[in-house]
Amino acid sequence: MTTTALPTPPLLEVSHLRKCFGTREVLSDVNFQVPAGAVVSVLGRSGTGKSVLLKCIVGLLSADSGEVHYKGKSLQNASQMSVLRRCASYVFQHNALFDSATVFENVLLPLQARGTGPREEWGAQVREVLGRLELEDAAQRYPSELSGGMQKRLAVARALVTQPELVFFDEPTAGLDPLRRNAVFEMISKLQRESRFTAVVVTHDVQEALVVSSRILWLDAGRVRFDGPAEAFGASRDPEICGFRDNIEALKQALQPPIPKEVN
Amino acid sequence: MVVARVGKFTLDKVAATGRWALFSVQALARVRSGGEFKTRLERSVFEIGVRCVPVIAIVAAFAGLVLGLQGHYVLSRFGASGMLGTLVSLSLCRELGPVLAALMIAGQAGTALAAELGIQRSTEQIDAIELMDISPEGFLAGARLLASLLVFPSLTSLFVLIGVTGGWLSGCILMPQDSNAYWSAVHEALKTRDIQECLLKALVFGLLTTSLCAYQGFHAHRSGEAGARAVGVATVRAIVLSSIAILAADYLITAALL
Repeated sequence: MTTTALPTPPLLEVSHLRKCFGTREVLSDVNFQVPAGAVVSVLGRSGTGKSVLLKCIVGLLSADSGEVHYKGKSLQNASQMSVLRRCASYVFQHNALFDSATVFENVLLPLQARGTGPREEWGAQVREVLGRLELEDAAQRYPSELSGGMQKRLAVARALVTQPELVFFDEPTAGLDPLRRNAVFEMISKLQRESRFTAVVVTHDVQEALVVSSRILWLDAGRVRFDGPAEAFGASRDPEICGFRDNIEALKQALQPPIPKEVN
Repeated sequence: MVVARVGKFTLDKVAATGRWALFSVQALARVRSGGEFKTRLERSVFEIGVRCVPVIAIVAAFAGLVLGLQGHYVLSRFGASGMLGTLVSLSLCRELGPVLAALMIAGQAGTALAAELGIQRSTEQIDAIELMDISPEGFLAGARLLASLLVFPSLTSLFVLIGVTGGWLSGCILMPQDSNAYWSAVHEALKTRDIQECLLKALVFGLLTTSLCAYQGFHAHRSGEAGARAVGVATVRAIVLSSIAILAADYLITAALL
C-alpha cells in the first residue's frame, strides 16, 4: 500500500475497519484519514466495498471491528454519531428522495429536522440553494417529475442546505450519461470551492475523480491499496494501479474505429 | 431436528415480538423527532381517519341492515321481536362495531401504511431520514400511532351509530317492527360499561393495527425478500397479523371484562 503523510489534522479518521457479510469479508483492516477541506475520492471496482465503507462510517451498517473518529472522538459513542449526522450530509447512489414530498419540501426537511437557524429564514435558505442548483422553477414539482440529472441536483441541494462540514457522495454519477457525469463532478467541485465543505466521494469514474479530488483512496478487494494525493495516483507506475487507472483509456483505444483508407 | 426447528422458530418469533414492542415504544417516545409534529398528526388523522369514513359507513350500514333482518327473523321465532333494538345495539357496540371497524381500517389505512413504509425502506428514504439525525420510528410512525388513538374510537362510534340506524331501517321500515319500541330498547340496553368496553377495544385495536402495519413496512427488508416483493410480503403480513391481533385481543378483552 502507498501512503503519504497528511499536512493537517484529520476531520475523519478510519482505523482498522472490518466488515463481513456472512463468511465474505467485504472490508479488511481499512485505515485512512480525511483532512478538513479535502475532496477524497474512494475509487475501486464494483463490489470492492466502497459503499459499504461509507455506510459503516455513518452508522447505517455496523462494522465488525475497527473504529471511526470524527474530530478526534469515536463514533462508537452515540452522541458523537449524532454530532456527525448533524454536521454531515449524505448523497445516496439512488438519491433516496422523498417521493411523496415536493422538491421544496425535500430540501426543507433537513432544516426542520435540525432546527438550523431561525425558522422564518428556512424558506429563503431553501430557495437560495435551489437557485444555486438551478432548480427554482421545479420547487413545486415531485421528484418523479424530474429528469435523472435534476434528481441528482435535488439530492445535492438537500445535502447542502444545512451547510454541512462534511458531505458523503455515494456514486454520485451512477446511471448518468458521460455529459451529465462531467456536469455532476463539475458541480461538486464548484460547490466545494464555494462552501468549503470536506467531501468523501465514492466513485469508479477515475478520470473525473483525478480532476476534482485532492486525495485518492483506492480500494481493492476490501483493502486500501493506495492512499495519497491525486497527482501521485495519476502518476503512479504501480502495475496494479495502472491496470485499474488506465483500464478506461485502454478500452477507449480498443474501441476506436479504424482509420479509413484513402480511396484513390 | 424437528425440536431444533420449533425452537428456532419460537426464538425468532419472540425476538420479532421484542423488536415490534421496542419499535412501538421508540415511535411514541420520539414522536416529535424531525419537527412539524402537528402537521404530521393532522395528515395522519386525515389518512387513517377521514379517508376511511366511506368504507366504514358502507360496511356499518350493511352490517346493521343484515343484523336487523336476521334479528327480526330469529327473535320472531321466539316471540321476542321487541328485543331487536337490544340485540342490534349490544352486538354492534360490544363486538361487531370495534372488530369490523378495526378490520376495515386495517384493510385500507394499515396496508397503505405498510406499503408506504416498505417502499421508503427499499428506496433508502428511511436511511436518509436516519442520517438527518431524525428518529425514523418517531418521524414515520409516532404521529400515526397517536392519530390511531383518536381515529379508531371515533370511527368505531360512527360504525355503531350507522349500524344501529341500519338495523332500524331493515327491522322497522322493511319489516313490521315498531320504531318506538326499537329505539326504546336501544336506549335501555346500552349501558356506560358497554360503551367503555367498545371504546377500550377500539383504542387497543388502533394501537395494535397501526404499530403492526408500521413495523411490517419499516422492516420490509427483514422479510427475506427484496425490492418490490419485500413490499408485497410486508403488506400481506401487515393485514394478516393485524387481523389475527384484532381477533385475539378482542377475545382477551371480552374474557377479562365479562
